[in-house]
Amino acid sequence: MFSNASNFVHGVDKAFLIIFGISLFFLILLTTIMIVFVVKYNKKRHPKAVQIKDSSLLEFTWTAIPMILVLFMFYVGWEGFLPMRQAPADALNVKVIGRMWKWTFEYPGKKQSDTLVLPINKAARMELFSKDVIHGFFIPTFRVKEDVVPGKKNYTWFIPGELGDFDLLCSAYCGLSHSYMSAVVRIVPEDVFTKWLAKLPVSKVDENNEGYKLVEKNGCFSCHSIDGAKLVGPTFKDMYGSSIDVMTNGTRHKITVDDEYIKNSILDPNKDVVDGYAPGIMKSYTGLIKDKDIPKISEYFKTLKAK
Amino acid sequence: MSNEVNKIEYVSYLEHQGRFKGLKSWIFATDHKRIALLYMYAIAAFFFIGALLGLLMRFELIAPGETIMKAQTYNGLFTVHGVIMIFMVVIPGLSAVFGNFFLPILIGAKDVAFPRLNLFSWWIFVFGSVLAVASQFLKSGPPDTGWTFYAPYSTTTGTSVIIATTAAFILGFSSILTGLNFLVTVHQMRAPGMKFFNMPLFPWAIYATAWIQLLATPIVGITLLMLIAERLFGIGFFDPNLGGDPVLFQHLFWIYSHPAVYIMILPAMGVITEIVPTFCQRKVYGYKAIALSSLAIAGVGFLVWGHHMYTSGMSENARWFFSLLTFIVAVPSAIKVFNWISTMYKGSIDLKPPFLFALAFIFLFIIGGTTGLILGSVATNIQVHDTSFIVAHFHYIIFGGMGFAFFAAIHYWLPKMYGRLYNFRRANIACIIMFIGFNTLYFPQFVIGIQGMPRRYFDYLPQFQTGHMISTIGGVILIFGLFYMLINLIKGARKGPKAPANPWNGSTLEWQIPSPPSLENFDEPFEVKANPYDYK
Ligand code: HEC
Ligand code: HEM
Ligand SMILES: [Cu+2]
Ligand SMILES: [Cu+2]
Repeated sequence: MFSNASNFVHGVDKAFLIIFGISLFFLILLTTIMIVFVVKYNKKRHPKAVQIKDSSLLEFTWTAIPMILVLFMFYVGWEGFLPMRQAPADALNVKVIGRMWKWTFEYPGKKQSDTLVLPINKAARMELFSKDVIHGFFIPTFRVKEDVVPGKKNYTWFIPGELGDFDLLCSAYCGLSHSYMSAVVRIVPEDVFTKWLAKLPVSKVDENNEGYKLVEKNGCFSCHSIDGAKLVGPTFKDMYGSSIDVMTNGTRHKITVDDEYIKNSILDPNKDVVDGYAPGIMKSYTGLIKDKDIPKISEYFKTLKAK
Repeated sequence: MSNEVNKIEYVSYLEHQGRFKGLKSWIFATDHKRIALLYMYAIAAFFFIGALLGLLMRFELIAPGETIMKAQTYNGLFTVHGVIMIFMVVIPGLSAVFGNFFLPILIGAKDVAFPRLNLFSWWIFVFGSVLAVASQFLKSGPPDTGWTFYAPYSTTTGTSVIIATTAAFILGFSSILTGLNFLVTVHQMRAPGMKFFNMPLFPWAIYATAWIQLLATPIVGITLLMLIAERLFGIGFFDPNLGGDPVLFQHLFWIYSHPAVYIMILPAMGVITEIVPTFCQRKVYGYKAIALSSLAIAGVGFLVWGHHMYTSGMSENARWFFSLLTFIVAVPSAIKVFNWISTMYKGSIDLKPPFLFALAFIFLFIIGGTTGLILGSVATNIQVHDTSFIVAHFHYIIFGGMGFAFFAAIHYWLPKMYGRLYNFRRANIACIIMFIGFNTLYFPQFVIGIQGMPRRYFDYLPQFQTGHMISTIGGVILIFGLFYMLINLIKGARKGPKAPANPWNGSTLEWQIPSPPSLENFDEPFEVKANPYDYK
C-alpha cells in the first residue's frame, strides 16, 4: 500500500491517512447535518423556532470525543516522526552544503559531487551545512525535510529503498533563484556506488590564496563563477583590467575594472551596475569585509586573468 | 426608567454636523462609527490591490518557466502580497472595522473609551501603510523576503527591507492601541446592568482578541527593531557570521505571529456567532462555552508557536510538546463549530445572504482547521511544511475564514451602517461564485503540496502544472466574484432601498436603534437582556 522509497514513507503516510480519514468523516458529517438543518428547519417549513436548553452532557461529549481523537492523531504523528531522529551509528555520512542556489555533496575524503548518489538499502546520514542563508533539504518522495541553517549543525537521515533518480528541492525561501535550487538524488546498487565513489575527484582549488578564502567565505561564488559562466552576476574570469559598460544613475558609460572599481563594487554595488544586470541583487558588504582585505580580493581576481 | 426622557432629534451619524465639514469631518472624526468606516475604506482598497497582486502571481504560475514576469519581481510580489494581506488587511480587519462600529453599540455604550486615541490609531495605520507602499518604490527595489522576514536572508538582502519592517513595526502600534482601547471599553463602558455574561459574543471575541493584540504585538515590534539594528549597525542578533542565531528570529517572530492568527480568526468566529442565532431565530447554543473558548484559544494560542518550526532543528522534546499543544488548541475551535450547527437545530432558518456567507465560512473553516491537524502532526508536517499545502491551508483559514466572515459581517451590518439594503439575489450569486472560485483556487494546492510542490517558487517541475493551471482558473473566478460582490454592495450602500431599524429581526442592541445610528447611538432608553439572544 505504501511506497518503499524510504524507510519513513510508511509512518508518514499512515499518519496522513488516519488524519485525513478522521477529517473527512467530520467534514462530511457536519456539512450534511448543516444542509439537513437548513432544509428541514427552513422558515417556510418551520416558521416558529424552538428554544432549546443547553445540555451539559452533550457539551461534555463533544469536548471529550474530539479530545480523545486529537490525542490519538498526535500519537500517530509522533510515532511516524520519531525514527527520523534516530540515525543508526554506522550510517554513511554525507556533508550537504547548501549555498545560494546550489547543492554540493561532500563524501568522506573531501570528494565533492553535484549529484547525491547513494547505495540502496543502506542508511545515509546527511550533515546539513549552509554557507549563507537558510535552505531546506527536501526529498518529497522520501518524506524527508530538514532546514539547512547557517551556524547550526542540523542533520537528517534515511534508508533509500528504490533504485532510480529522485528530486531534491530547496524548501526554505533563499532568494532570487530559490526555485532553481534543486539536485538529483540517484539511488544505485552498492557496487555501482563504490565504483562511482572511487572515481569521484577530490575538490581542488587554491585554498591558500587569502583572496580566495575571503571570496569563498562570503559566498560570492553563488553569483559569480570563475570559469566564464554567467550566473546571477558577471563572471570573475578575465574581469580584472577589462573595460565594461556600467549604468550609473541611469546613464551608461565605460569603466575599467581596477582596484578602485572592485572596492566600490563590493562596498556599494548598486552605484555602478554592470549593464544587463538588475540593481539590488548584490548587497553591500560594508562591515562584513574589512577595507584592508579588499586589496587581497583584487590580487586574487588578477590571478583569474588569462595569461 | 423614567418616562419623561427629553427627546433628542434623530440625526444619523452620517449626517451629523460637527466641528469640521466635508472630508475633514471624516479624517478628523472621533466618532467610533466614522473611524470604523475610515478603516473599512482603507482596508478594502488594500484588500483589492492585494488580491490583484495575488492574481498576477497566479498568472506567472499557470505554466512552468518564466510566464509574465522575472523571478525577482515574483519574489517581490509575494512579499508585498503577504505584507498587505497580513499587516494591513487581516490583522486590523474585523476588529478595526466591525469591532469599532459595533463593540460600543453591542454593549450599550456611546463610544469607545478613548475616542481620540482611536482616531490616532487610524492615523498610525495610514502612516504605516504609506511606508509599506513606499518600500515598493525605493531605489534598492521592493523587499523580497516574504512577509516572514526570516533572518539571515532579511539581514543581508540588498532590497528595502528596513522600510518594510519599519512599516510593520508602526502598524503594530496601531494594533496595540486599538487593543488597549477595546479592553478598557469592555471593562468600563458597558451599559448599566450589562455584566460580562450578558454581553453578546462578538464583544467577547473582540475582548479576547484585544488581549492578544496588547500582549503579543510588542514582541514582534522588538524583533523587527532587532532586525533593523542588525542591518544598520551590524549588531549580531540573528546572522551567524556576526555571532547571532537565525532560529532565534523564528522563535521571536512566531511567538507573535501565531497568536496573530487568532487576532484574525477570533473576531471572525465572533461575527459568525452573531449571525447564526439571528437567522435561526434561536438562542445561541452553549453561550458560556463559546465565550470561554475564545479566552481559551487566546491563552493556549500563546504556547504553540513552535509548530511553524518543526524542521528548523529544534530538540525532539520541543517538537512533541508543540505538537501536543497544537492538537489541544484545535478542540475549542471544534466546539465552536458544534455550537453553531446546534444553534440551527429546530430554528426557523432564513437563508439570507449573511447566513449563506456564514454557512460558506463554516465549511471552509472546517477544511482549514482539519488541514491544520495535518500540519500540527510532526510526521505529516515534515512532508507538507513550506509547500503549497501550507499556502492552501492558510488561505482556507484566513481568506475562507476571516475573509468570508468579513463578507458575512458586511452583508449583515451594512443596513445598519448605511441605512440601506443591497440586492439579496446578487449577494447570493456573488457568494456562490466566490465559493466555487475559492475552492478551485486553493484545493488543488493541497494536492500538489503533498506531492512536494514547495512554496515561494517562481518556477516548478512539470508534474505540478495541472494543479497550478486549475488553481489559476479558480483565481480568475474568485476575483470576478469579489468585484461582483463589491459592486452590489456599493450600489446598495449608495442607492439601495431604505433599511428598517431591524431588518433581520435580530435581538442584540444594535437592532434596537435606528439605521443608521445617531452620533451617540442610544438617544432613547433601551433594554439590556439577561441573555442577548432572547428571541420571543
Ligand atoms: C546575490 C548575488 C551576488 C553575490 C552573493 C555577490 N555578487 Fe557581486 N554582483 C552581483 C551582480 C548581479 C552584479 C552585477 C550588477 C552590479 O554591478 O551590481 C555583481 C557585480 C560585481 C562586481 C562587478 C563585476 C564586473 O564585471 O564589473 C564585482 C567586482 C563583484 N560583484 C564582486 C563580488 C564579491 C567580491 C562578492 C562577495 C563578497 C560578490 N560580488 C557577491 C551579484 C552578486
Ligand atoms: C484572489 C485572491 C488571492 C490570490 C489569487 C492569492 C494568491 C497567492 C499566491 C500565489 C501566493 C504565493 C504562494 C507561495 O508560493 O508562497 C500567496 C501568498 C500569500 N497570501 Fe494570497 N492570494 C489571495 C488572497 C489572499 C488573502 C485574502 C490573504 C489574506 C487574507 C492572503 C494572504 C497570503 C499570505 C499571508 C501569503 C504568504 C506570503 C508569503 O509567502 O510571504 N492571500 N497568495
Ligand atoms: Cu531555497
Ligand atoms: Cu501557528
